[in-house]
Amino acid sequence: MNIFRSKTFAHGIHPPESKDDTSGLPIRQFPFAPSLVVPLSQHIGKPAVAVVREGQEVTRGQCIAKHDGFVSVAMHAPASGIVCHIGLTPSITGKMVPGIFIEPFPASTQEIMEGAACDASTADSEEIVAAVQQAGVVGLGGAGFPTHAKLRIPEGKFVDTLVINGAECEPYLTTDHRVMLEHSVDVMAGIPYLMKATGATRTIIAVEANKPDAAETLRATIPDGSGIELEVLPVKYPQGAEKLLITALLDREIPSGGLPLDVHALCVNVATTAEIGQLLPHGKGIQERVITVGGPAVKNKGNYRIQIGTPLRFVLETVGVEDDITRVFLGGPMMGQAVSSLDIPITKGTTGVIAFTTRETGFRDGHPQYPCIRCGYCVDACPIFLNPSQLGLLAEQDHYRRMVDDFHLMDCFECGCCTFVCPSHIPLVQQFRIAKAAVRKMKVTA
Amino acid sequence: MLVLTAVATIGGLTLALASLLVVANHWLHVEEDPRIDAVEDMLPHTNCGGCGYPGCRPFAEALVEGVVLPGKCTVSPPEEHILIAAYLGVDVGAEEKRVARLACAGGANVSRNHARYVGLESCAAATLVAGGGKGCFWGCLGLDDCAVSCDFDAITMDRHHLPVVDEDLCTACGDCVTACPKDLFSLHPQSHRLWVACRSQEEGDEILDDCQVACTACARCAMDAPGLIEMRGNLPVVDYTKNRFQSAEATQRCPTGAIVWLDAKKGTVKGRAARKIIRQGSLREAPT
Repeated sequence: MNIFRSKTFAHGIHPPESKDDTSGLPIRQFPFAPSLVVPLSQHIGKPAVAVVREGQEVTRGQCIAKHDGFVSVAMHAPASGIVCHIGLTPSITGKMVPGIFIEPFPASTQEIMEGAACDASTADSEEIVAAVQQAGVVGLGGAGFPTHAKLRIPEGKFVDTLVINGAECEPYLTTDHRVMLEHSVDVMAGIPYLMKATGATRTIIAVEANKPDAAETLRATIPDGSGIELEVLPVKYPQGAEKLLITALLDREIPSGGLPLDVHALCVNVATTAEIGQLLPHGKGIQERVITVGGPAVKNKGNYRIQIGTPLRFVLETVGVEDDITRVFLGGPMMGQAVSSLDIPITKGTTGVIAFTTRETGFRDGHPQYPCIRCGYCVDACPIFLNPSQLGLLAEQDHYRRMVDDFHLMDCFECGCCTFVCPSHIPLVQQFRIAKAAVRKMKVTA
Repeated sequence: MLVLTAVATIGGLTLALASLLVVANHWLHVEEDPRIDAVEDMLPHTNCGGCGYPGCRPFAEALVEGVVLPGKCTVSPPEEHILIAAYLGVDVGAEEKRVARLACAGGANVSRNHARYVGLESCAAATLVAGGGKGCFWGCLGLDDCAVSCDFDAITMDRHHLPVVDEDLCTACGDCVTACPKDLFSLHPQSHRLWVACRSQEEGDEILDDCQVACTACARCAMDAPGLIEMRGNLPVVDYTKNRFQSAEATQRCPTGAIVWLDAKKGTVKGRAARKIIRQGSLREAPT
């Protein structure tokens, strides 16, 4: 890599990566939990509609809920078993959401049911979009936006570059790393579907420099003349945010409130691409995904292929945890969510289960919060050039409207850089989340 | 000489600008009804918005205009209403006193937490971290956002971290309704005596592990008061348009005491069948 034109974005931070514990461990299959819960809303958009009844037997991979509207995807049975109950289950937001409870048959061979195949070379763009929706594919990087909704390009817009996001800048997480290493063939199989659906002529796979083995493996599998390139980016957080990744790679800035589409680019997570490459040729649906189970409190750390709907409690009991476990995050420690209940099931958007002990979380709990000293560290850290210091001061006064109108609060994607660098330990991101929720509430009631 | 010039210049300028102001004052004068000031003085100056107007001044303007009656002010006592009505020569327009009511009874002695929340001490912040950690997703988090938002000190937190509304002090301004991130407060006339103190949408007895006073959607109250109470989304909903039929009979068979009778004298009265809660300590020391 030429250091004189290293591609990256301005600002950002370098949190400890903490990936070494799991980055070398191959993906292993996780056992089936005695009871699985498939929430009907694992994606952004309308929840799916259940098409099974209580007491019905289902086969692994069978469609158990169909999409409702365009921004919605299907759900598939994660195991052969019996639907024992359809009712409320806790979700990552704390909200109780409807879900399908399945008890797997203990003696089943758990073979996956296949559907109508979709071939990248013969299918047209509409067919691919429909197949991706039917496969239940959502952004596996964590956001959970239905992938097919991105792939349908609206009238009058075009995409010239497809960005495959393999940055994985979040500390502790190594799922994308292992997927790139072990499923590079699937990634290459998935890219033609995406290129055909969007009409992109060029594809860039972006990998951070801390995953040289993954970059080499992918480079070796790129077919000749396919228009696929591989770019190795310097390590920096939050490089995996699509807006920043596109800025880093293509030097195009996405306008405020805009989409990558506005700069003729499209960003898809590498695990999502691999999943498409794996599922579509066989007409299968997502019923499992690769998840990093790690963090200092976990005994058997690793990258596991876990069934969607496995309760968190079962995951942690299976891998074993230290006695002084205090906090569990879904996703990484920077942008992940702390969970309030271990009955939450693994969903399509779960990238990792990271658990901490009192040693890591204790120091901050008793730490007092000091007033803002206007050092400006947060301003230097913010990757989208907001003024977190000023926003924080306004948040304390509840000036939510000013935060939105004058300081672009709604552009903040809560990466946590400002809070990470704040020497006064001000919980800036939490304040911004409250402000955003308040503004959204105002909009609804107004 | 220099001093004189300076004084003359500044003096002249002052005179010129002052006369400009005098002229402007005459030319741009806005005739305002003097009664607006008088009425505003009689109002409580709290600017709470409980009357539906942005503040006391706009309300005074509306009063003088005659589009609203003094009884609409929820803060000032009836004597003040009569004074304003007499001054303006209008009806008092007495309205029934409305108060804020909390649709949750899950204090720390009866409800469990699944996780301990650490962070900004506010319900709004806690709600955004996976719902706040309370076993019941719909329940009160007890971090006193409502008490802080109340300008009239009508809300206090009891020892089980549950807000208690002092109905005498409450002016129905609606600040707690907006402050509560779980939307547990609503404004009701005091004559609404039947009250469902639960928002849990869960069906069945599982919820009792998390909260002992939750509604289990058994629908006994709806059976005992057909027409008045109906089950909607696993919760009984009281049809307050038929309020004249209300009686404490509907609460008698409730097994948990989720539906209560708010008696004018005795306060909150649970039905006969309701499980007695004698625990005073906290149930909330639960591990993750």
